[in-house]
Amino acid sequence: MNLTRVPLSYVWRNLLTRKLTTGLTAGGMALVVFVFATVLMLEAGLKQTLTATGLPQNVVVIRKGSQTEVQSGVSRSEAAIIESQPNIALDSAGRLLSSRESVVLISLKKQGSGKPANVVVRGAGEQGLALRPQVQLLAGRQFRPGSSEIIVGRAIADGFDGVQLGASLRFARRDWLVVGIFDAGKTGFNSEIWGDAEQMMQAFRRINYSALVFQLADSNGYEASRQALEADQRLTTEYKRETRFYADQAQTMATFISILGTVLSVIFSIGAVIGAMITMYAAVANRTGEIGTLRALGYRRSSVMAAFLAESLLLALLGGVMGVVLASFMQFFAVSTMNWQTFSELAFSFTLTPAIVVKSLLFSLFMGLLGGFLPAVRAARMQIVDALRAA
Amino acid sequence: MMLFLLRMSLKNALRHRLRAALTLAGLAVAILSFGLLSTVVTAWYAGADAASDKRLISRSAISLVFPLPMSYGEKIRGVEGVTGISWANWFGGIYIEPKNFFPQFAVDPPSYLRLYPEFQVDEAERAAFFRDRRGCLVGRKLAQRFGWKVGDTVPLKGTIYPGTWSFVVRGIYEGRDATTDENQFFFHWDYLNEWVLQRYPKRGNATGVFVVGIREGSEAALISERVDNQFRNSLAETLTETEKSFQLSFVAMTDSIVLAIQVVSYVVILIIMAVMANTMAMAARERTAEYATLKALGFGPPVVGWLILLESVLLCALGAGLGILLSFPAVQLVGHALDNLFPVFRIASQTLWLQAGAALVVALVSAAVPAWQSMRIRIVDGLRAIA
Repeated sequence: MNLTRVPLSYVWRNLLTRKLTTGLTAGGMALVVFVFATVLMLEAGLKQTLTATGLPQNVVVIRKGSQTEVQSGVSRSEAAIIESQPNIALDSAGRLLSSRESVVLISLKKQGSGKPANVVVRGAGEQGLALRPQVQLLAGRQFRPGSSEIIVGRAIADGFDGVQLGASLRFARRDWLVVGIFDAGKTGFNSEIWGDAEQMMQAFRRINYSALVFQLADSNGYEASRQALEADQRLTTEYKRETRFYADQAQTMATFISILGTVLSVIFSIGAVIGAMITMYAAVANRTGEIGTLRALGYRRSSVMAAFLAESLLLALLGGVMGVVLASFMQFFAVSTMNWQTFSELAFSFTLTPAIVVKSLLFSLFMGLLGGFLPAVRAARMQIVDALRAA
Repeated sequence: MMLFLLRMSLKNALRHRLRAALTLAGLAVAILSFGLLSTVVTAWYAGADAASDKRLISRSAISLVFPLPMSYGEKIRGVEGVTGISWANWFGGIYIEPKNFFPQFAVDPPSYLRLYPEFQVDEAERAAFFRDRRGCLVGRKLAQRFGWKVGDTVPLKGTIYPGTWSFVVRGIYEGRDATTDENQFFFHWDYLNEWVLQRYPKRGNATGVFVVGIREGSEAALISERVDNQFRNSLAETLTETEKSFQLSFVAMTDSIVLAIQVVSYVVILIIMAVMANTMAMAARERTAEYATLKALGFGPPVVGWLILLESVLLCALGAGLGILLSFPAVQLVGHALDNLFPVFRIASQTLWLQAGAALVVALVSAAVPAWQSMRIRIVDGLRAIA
């Protein structure tokens, strides 16, 4: 008799018999997979938020070398020159789709902890909202141009004190009435407060705008327009597509999360792999007699090895599934933290994508393989006689 | 008796060489990474820990990006309880590449160094820095990082103040305490102001923050209020707080990250707890018959309990000891790799206690269930049991 495959039920029953050991080993792996998946989800959430913030046909203009809107300055004359270039879209009423914006940071207190955080206040031009169709009013109404009215992004309305509908916020020696709450989906605008640009400029006593945003009439003509603008000696500004601009804004944070996540996953997985190894070595040692019997029955060395490897992989998969399920609950939470590059608050959520599920499960199987390989080899190399005698 | 138990449990712990080695390795890695993560958290608070209680920071009440007019300086100096005043302005320049980040401040050198006695510069270098308007004073670690020596020229690309600026290193300061930030870059505020006045006259004669020296730390709250009252309802209202709470407000802005790192550092303890508990459970299960024999010989259940507990504690102590020992070189290595991120990166004594505490908890928790079961098992059942 020459049996080739040890039935899977043997593998499964072995795990079932030692519930505590199986639970603890899988539990350790589940925690590692949880950390691994959570970090990937955080990174995915951040990327999604930033790429969704901009539209590819919009162009952001800031002063050369200034990197962020807050540090930038664009004078009125420069804004007028840029707006006079031909490749700007018009709305149905024939007005230029361009917004001169004034962006500043104010310090607000977080709900609950009362700790201060920097929040972006964006003074938008008349077309500011038309340029960002992703911004939708949830409650209240639009701010009236020329008044001290503001609308507040959802992440700010939910996370900070004193910004509810109808409340008035005091900064720059004025009381600003909150007349609306807006939702901009999963974008960075959700962490901003919007008002009228000219009013903001007066209140903050500024003479220059921070940035200019316009929509291209012909999106493909971006390169040509950029070159034409850069050749203009009167301008000291630089140009980026809005999508690119926001992706650049959190480069540091994305890198930080990704490095931290990789380092943590690698270190933690050492612990879990060791756990799996201990369990599997013990399984092999305790079942020496069984292994001898299996071999005596006619199962090959490779089948015995496959059986133990399968046991380890199954154990790891169990842990992986537990970890992913645990991690999926993180989707209910959002993170609000300071983006170092812009020095302002940014809210984003944990986002579970199919790719992350697959990656996490593969990661857990990889841990199982690492942990189970050496014990499986030991099981396979046993001599039938010795094994039977040991029992 | 205790000595006998100790010897027995040590022998038990090392019975399965491979398993013991693996468990120890796991424990060492876990305790090491726990220590590293705690050190990262401590490093986050380094600025606040190094803060002096004799200094207040005054800044615009709206937010840090709004400057305060220079004229405020003299008004603050006149406030009761204030002993000295200086100012600093964030420059935010890029040295070659954005990843070479380090903080740069335009300061008024004589008054600033008077308020920060922890920045120690030798007399000649100090005088040279004061004399040269294009001079700069850099921290020891920063100079080391980029290989700067006194007399070198450092070009910075301005982000807030456009253009390429070049500074000459006139001095290198050393920290008085281990917690002092040696990663900063100071230059003359006058130099910056002159440039601003030429180009944007309305933006000139202003600074980001005022540093206020006070007589007594206990008067901080009172003096802060006096300062803020001076400027209430003015164009630029101020927010004055102790240097510590100023620094803590930066930490607070990224506290979700700190929290995440803290949570994760406890997760690693949980992981190793699972591994360790498994080792102990397996060991106890395999020795059920032996423990029953001990009982049959007349040893009481407490002896069996102690045996298991001591074995767990011994393993954890060895593993944790190894992990703690490895923490020192590891922190140095990681600190070196992350030098640009954290100005101060070293193990706090509190971290060592936490590491030891975590190991003890792991030991106790892992031993609890097996010890309890082995103590309770009836001799007959124990002798009959098969692993």
